[in-house]
Amino acid sequence: MTAAGVTERLTGLVGALRAHGLRIGTGETVDAAQAMEALGFADRELLREGLAATLLHGTGQRPLFDPVFDLYFPRGVGAPQGEPTNREDLRDRLAAALAANDRALMGQLAAEAVDGFGGYGNSPTSDGWSSHQTLEWLRPQTLLARVRTSVRAEGGGRSGFTDRLLDDEIRQRIEGFRRQVALEARRRVAERRGRDELARRAIAPTADRVDFLFAGRAQLAELRRAVQPLARKLATRLAARRRRASRGTIDLRRTLRGSLSTGGVPMRPVLRRRRPVRPELVLLCDVSGSVSGFSDFTMLLVQALHDQFSKVRVFAFVNRLDEVTPLLVHGTADPEGLGTRIRDEATLTGWHGSSDYGVALGEFAERYGDAVGPRTTVFVLGDARTNMSDPNLPAVRQIAQRARRVYWLNPEQRSQWGTGDSAAPDYAELVEMHECRNAQQLSALVGRLLPI
Amino acid sequence: MFRSVDEVAARLAETGYLASPAVATTVFLADRLGKPLLVEGPAGVGKTELAKAVAEVAGARLIRLQCYEGVDESRALYEWNHAKQLLRISAGRDESWDETRTDIFSEEFLLPRPLLTAIRGDDPKVLLIDETDKADVEVEGLLLEILSDFQVTVPELGTITAARRPFVVLTSNASRELSEALRRRCLFLHIGFPDEELERRIVRLKVPGLGEALAESVVRVVGALREMELRKVPSVAETIDWARTLLALGADTLDETVVRDTLGVLLKHQDDILRAAAKLDLDAV
Repeated sequence: MTAAGVTERLTGLVGALRAHGLRIGTGETVDAAQAMEALGFADRELLREGLAATLLHGTGQRPLFDPVFDLYFPRGVGAPQGEPTNREDLRDRLAAALAANDRALMGQLAAEAVDGFGGYGNSPTSDGWSSHQTLEWLRPQTLLARVRTSVRAEGGGRSGFTDRLLDDEIRQRIEGFRRQVALEARRRVAERRGRDELARRAIAPTADRVDFLFAGRAQLAELRRAVQPLARKLATRLAARRRRASRGTIDLRRTLRGSLSTGGVPMRPVLRRRRPVRPELVLLCDVSGSVSGFSDFTMLLVQALHDQFSKVRVFAFVNRLDEVTPLLVHGTADPEGLGTRIRDEATLTGWHGSSDYGVALGEFAERYGDAVGPRTTVFVLGDARTNMSDPNLPAVRQIAQRARRVYWLNPEQRSQWGTGDSAAPDYAELVEMHECRNAQQLSALVGRLLPI
Repeated sequence: MFRSVDEVAARLAETGYLASPAVATTVFLADRLGKPLLVEGPAGVGKTELAKAVAEVAGARLIRLQCYEGVDESRALYEWNHAKQLLRISAGRDESWDETRTDIFSEEFLLPRPLLTAIRGDDPKVLLIDETDKADVEVEGLLLEILSDFQVTVPELGTITAARRPFVVLTSNASRELSEALRRRCLFLHIGFPDEELERRIVRLKVPGLGEALAESVVRVVGALREMELRKVPSVAETIDWARTLLALGADTLDETVVRDTLGVLLKHQDDILRAAAKLDLDAV
């Protein structure tokens, strides 16, 4: 690569990262260029780490950086060398590579597989390379039993305690191979279509920026993993807000004690600490199919934050409402099954299975009205789609009057509010409604709205 | 300090710190570009150890600033020795005020705290700012001048610039987002859990008595635990603890009883222990 070519690569990479919302200044780009100069181009992995160190600012940005890096600094160019292979031969070699856990060989096989089976179309404008097609041809997941047998045979038939881990380990290796195939297919497409466009379009956003309503299984699992660290972060933020809110009278005793180090001159006044009043929290969650991902995540997050509050009560509804607080307390041990258990064990539906905000909110005001008091903050989670039934505004008004604050978090895009059967604008007139589409928005809202 | 990335890895290994390629590369760049290094990652993966190892390799003095809630300028940067100043004033009764004033704000009455210590003098130093996220936001502002220009301004004395730049390592557990301004001044390094091969080498190095086969099993079980949805997954520190425990118990292979009895070394929540036991097909704990 020429010097100008390298510079262009680097600025292209930075541009693509910026398009994904990373804030990278010119200073960092210059640092990255210096890093490239210091590291050279002999080792691609070193270059990757060097650029990551200079360009990135946080852990969450790495999943975005890696695929973009692979596009701009690809492992190779063009089709792999060698004879086109047939399917059985490739599967044999893949099984051997999986058994030996040889990542380099697996990468090479991924390249061959995409080259051999991934191509589609034959006109220069519409052809491309598909990882999906490659994997459908190759079906690496069916190799599990074969790999297991060969690993066991190699181990000389000794079956120890770790034998039970083998299946999961092989599954992970296969998953790794699938990622390599996707990477390779993207590299080949990029050669044809141009890197810049592909880097902007074809790279998935990080899990905390995916819409709750469109998140897949894997993304929801990733979000669940993020609950504990996020809760810790929010707790720190709440504590900081509490501290800052403690402006009051001067604590004479502690001010004088502090003045001893300055020869009895009170230089720094110490304020009296306010007695902490732990606020109460009530959550009303729509757990019907369309918004359940959002509700489950928020419930787990609030449960992880429960020691910040004197009392947390959680109610779930579809068209009837039931308290699920005890389920949630035990649910932290098995976050994955939480949603299913709530839907199985609580009475949430009456005559039909679609959500009805009017009836559910009315039931809450009637049966659990005493859960809401002047120290309570109420959060309603849901898309406010009432399936054409009565939104029951008086019930909401009643709750809002009794509570300290009521917030409504809506996982739908603001522009969708009020379309179709959405009663969002009606509710938004009575209570404060916020758009809350992804985990990033949620954590910002929770950090700001939670009572202190 | 270093000529190549390989040299970094080799010399760190001599002190007993096995660095992954990412760690070695970033340390090399931090030295070459003269920028501070911000290290993030879960607890117990060796963030603080890295600073200690770098200090040992460079033959430098390690200066440590432990951050906590409420750490302030007078604990981090410098403080005037008020008591000594008062003594000085009362000792020199016949002097004019001007003489006294210039005298009591001289270096003699300055108590240097870690950040100032790291900047003064020309011997090589490694400055470790530990758990930066525990400090309040205001302290970050204090760090900015030091991290970008390696200088400290004391109003009464003027600006003190480092004669020799210290190698700066900041660690953070990400319990709070550090400000963008601070991050921009640093090279960022995330130390995650090591891959299987590296972790096996770490275990073998730290617990030399452990057999090859057992070390491999230990690392595989820990790897499996990290894939589960647990409240707190075991870190490298816990892996080493577990290996030591197994050594002390005289176990030469893993079996159900041993794992069941020692799972508490790896996992710190009862929920997690139950969940892991179920997944690993152990009998009731």
